[in-house]
Amino acid sequence: MSEIIRVEKLTKIFTTDKGRVPLHAVDGIDFTVAEGEVFGFLGPNGAGKTTTIRMLTGLSRPTSGRASLLGLDLASDLPRIKKRIGVVPETSNLYDELTAFDNLMFAMQLYGVPRVERAERAEALLERFRLKDKRNTPFAKLSRGMKRALTIAAALAHRPPLVFLDEPTTGLDVMSARGLRQTIAGLRDEGVTVFLTTHYLEEAERLCDRVAILVKGRIVASDTVENLRSGAQRKTTLEITLAGENGQIEKRRIECENGIDSALQNLLGDTGGLKVLAVNTLRPTLEDVFVQLTGLSAEVMLAEKGSKGGGNAG
Amino acid sequence: MLADDLRGMFYIALKDLKAYYFKPPNISWGILFPFAFILAFAIRNPGDLRSLIPGLLALTLLFGTSSMEAIVIVFERRIGSLERLLLAPLRLPALLAGKLLGGMTFGLTVTLAVLVISFAVFGSAGTNWLMLLLAILLSASAFSGLGAFISVAVREVFEAQTLANFIRFPMMFLGGVFVPLSAMPVWLRVVARFLPLTYSVEALRVALSGGAWTTAAFDLGALAAFSLFFFILAVSTLARRIE
Repeated sequence: MSEIIRVEKLTKIFTTDKGRVPLHAVDGIDFTVAEGEVFGFLGPNGAGKTTTIRMLTGLSRPTSGRASLLGLDLASDLPRIKKRIGVVPETSNLYDELTAFDNLMFAMQLYGVPRVERAERAEALLERFRLKDKRNTPFAKLSRGMKRALTIAAALAHRPPLVFLDEPTTGLDVMSARGLRQTIAGLRDEGVTVFLTTHYLEEAERLCDRVAILVKGRIVASDTVENLRSGAQRKTTLEITLAGENGQIEKRRIECENGIDSALQNLLGDTGGLKVLAVNTLRPTLEDVFVQLTGLSAEVMLAEKGSKGGGNAG
Repeated sequence: MLADDLRGMFYIALKDLKAYYFKPPNISWGILFPFAFILAFAIRNPGDLRSLIPGLLALTLLFGTSSMEAIVIVFERRIGSLERLLLAPLRLPALLAGKLLGGMTFGLTVTLAVLVISFAVFGSAGTNWLMLLLAILLSASAFSGLGAFISVAVREVFEAQTLANFIRFPMMFLGGVFVPLSAMPVWLRVVARFLPLTYSVEALRVALSGGAWTTAAFDLGALAAFSLFFFILAVSTLARRIE
């Protein structure tokens, strides 16, 4: 697979306190994203995720470093890059006064979609995002989940091969978030490359082919979820649920240094007459990896976003 | 690239007109507000009412183009939708030109309504039509540019409204709409020379009285210069704001 995004030593420095204190929002990061993959960019608030997206989409100029998207240089080919990317910002930002249909039409007009195709595409997108009955409803009157769906639809209206999704499920109810995750998975099936930032680790674990973990502007890990898991913890934990005759349930965990069989044998010798009801193997989750790499608890990240709503990975 | 810019300009203007401008309150405000001022002045100073038409047209252009223009960009920046335009494949000057085009189109529409009413009442004899068209277009672009600059220079909608009124209301009384420049003290005449409304009123007066091109040339040139100045100022200010 070819590289759709290549980032080298990308840096963004903001100056604070009247220009005296430099803040390295993004600090010399390198990564690549392959064609057709869903690439997750994880990190707590202020890690530099949105700043990175803003630089890659031309909304903010990098202080230093290079990036190429779709084989085009960010510094010299920005207008051509813009034509071929779709961006869904953290806030649903379509036009309140325009209807769902008109918002999609305007998105296509801006990107030069041929006039004869626009209406048909808009109708198809409304159908796909289950907004057909909201066709003539102003954006302002849609629910939060519908606004999010329409914002994503608008980003896809010109059929870009690369889509940036900045915290797409933040603030959504469980059902809306689940629907959007299905949409993102569908994009991958269509061959669209997705650059996804999220603070929901379970979401990243479920959707992403590869992830990069960003802390204080630096990438501390970047790999497939599977490799990150195995690198984080070599041991497998055996969890055994024991049930007593009086309905008592008991769970025991063993860290298996020498394989599951010997651990199970050891455990069975110590059951005290109870029967083995179930045996589960618990492998480290992406959350475990995140906590190990960043020293932050996942709850901290969720608490930071807490005011913006739910959207837990359901 | 140029095709992308032109297409973007056109559709941004069209979207703004649909989303913000052509709403009943804006139309009625755009037409009634200048009439109310002129009527109040005419009642207090009855005389040659026809001589007030240039001022009436200039005020309609000023308020018609700049009232919404001054808040549209700051409003869109506030709610995040300006970002959609910044992400689109068009250059910043084209984006802003699209915004100006929307403001100008609305201002020109209400001005046309006021012009038709004025000519129906007072007649159009002696009008230099081409000069009138040029004076109206250049006034609209200068005032729209002023509105755009105000909109990108502030952070909140209420600040834009405050700044717009801070600039427009003194300009209304110093720009020769109600009191001819010749009747003002010298120092006020100097101040008036820095105001685009002054040149708009003068150019419209020459055009409506069928005056010579040479008489209006400086005024038309000044309006063109103001248009360019406000546009460049707005583009550079917006470029700094979004960095």
